[in-house]
Amino acid sequence: MAKEIKLLGTWASPFSHRIELALKLKGLQFHYLEEDLSNKSQLLLQSNPVHRKIPVLIHNGNPISESLVIMEYIDETWQHQNPLLPKDPYARAVARFWAKFIDEKVLWTAFKAYNDKGKEQEDAIEEFSQQLKFLEGELKGKEYFGGERFGFVDIAAFFILQFLTVLQEVKEAELMTEEKYPVLFEWMEKLQGNEVVAGCLPPREKHVAYVRARRAAAEEAASKTKAA
Amino acid sequence: MASNNGDVKLIGAWASPYVMRPRIALNVKSVEYEFLQEQFGSKSELLLKSNPVHKKIPVLLHNGKPICESSIIVEYIDEVWSSGPSILPSDPYDRAVARFWAAYLDEKWFPNVRAAPMAATEEAKNAAVEQLKEGLALLEGAYGEKDFFGGEKIGFIDIAFGSMLAWLRALQVMLGGVKLLDEEKTPGLCKWAAKFSADPAVKDVLPETEKIIEFAKLLVAKIKAAAASS
Repeated sequence: MAKEIKLLGTWASPFSHRIELALKLKGLQFHYLEEDLSNKSQLLLQSNPVHRKIPVLIHNGNPISESLVIMEYIDETWQHQNPLLPKDPYARAVARFWAKFIDEKVLWTAFKAYNDKGKEQEDAIEEFSQQLKFLEGELKGKEYFGGERFGFVDIAAFFILQFLTVLQEVKEAELMTEEKYPVLFEWMEKLQGNEVVAGCLPPREKHVAYVRARRAAAEEAASKTKAA
Repeated sequence: MASNNGDVKLIGAWASPYVMRPRIALNVKSVEYEFLQEQFGSKSELLLKSNPVHKKIPVLLHNGKPICESSIIVEYIDEVWSSGPSILPSDPYDRAVARFWAAYLDEKWFPNVRAAPMAATEEAKNAAVEQLKEGLALLEGAYGEKDFFGGEKIGFIDIAFGSMLAWLRALQVMLGGVKLLDEEKTPGLCKWAAKFSADPAVKDVLPETEKIIEFAKLLVAKIKAAAASS
């Protein structure tokens, strides 16, 4: 049974964590394959020839790529356990909107806000703050983005925002604070306190050390390019 | 008929490929709607109110409630007007494939359609063109034996990709006759493009290539002016 579902992922990727959580919430057994992104497996290259990225879900030999696409696939294939998306078409459109917003805007703006320098960083910090305010506004008055129960947007958002707290620790910055975003922080704590959700996260020190090492390597590579 | 569908308005502009997507989808479902066109160079109060996060078109207003992001709007249209011809396939795996290609087009392919005419150097332009050709080769591979990506009738991928046809054709002219849709390299897509353009849901939505070329010139000038003044 487990061999029918394979997940190609990496321990540090929030996109990979999303899929782990979605599968666990559906009560599904799956075979997890850790990828070494510096040495991608044949299976990964064959399963996602277009992007060569994780996560990839392989179900009955059929590969699915792009984490939000995978989440919708999981929700549609195993409809009855723990629905991730609501039934109402309007509510579904709203959920898809926020998940897309997190992936296409928030994450990339955050990278610039934490990593860039000068005016670009200032602009990104301003934009990031605006984006977090939108999220805070959407969450206010609700237990979760999904309403009473956590769902599609919570799963999409939680691992990304949690990853950003790791990046923030590495950069010793304070762009996301409980003072500025109390609703978001309360929601993150709630999810962190959920056993199934927490079980999809790597140990924090390990995650911080990994991100720190990657940042250092990226900064060294950038300064070498400048010097050359 | 209109009262059964509720009040349907679409905020958009004739030249925007993203706006063409919900227009085609609404046509597939035979849903009448009011097309509220934005003025080039400014954003209406209604748009800013309806899409405060992105301030972009298209926005569908269904009974006053806004839905944003073109692919999300198309899925919404498919789900609400479920008795009409279906846009997404019914099988979850086929749906995942359709969504995959739509995401690919938006994230990887379409940015090169915009980048090519704006490119500052010959090198940058050629790089964008190469990326476009690679993407078209992938799509040629994904195009099957049937008339459309969706099978016998147009579906999600057809709409996602086809909405860019007018711009693709315009780009070929603007780049001095570069062949992106190529009878030799992408024969399937050439055949598909003709069928798609002639589809009743599409014909009145896809603008003439010359009109897009004219519009593109205005747009490029506007972007360059804004960049120069900043």
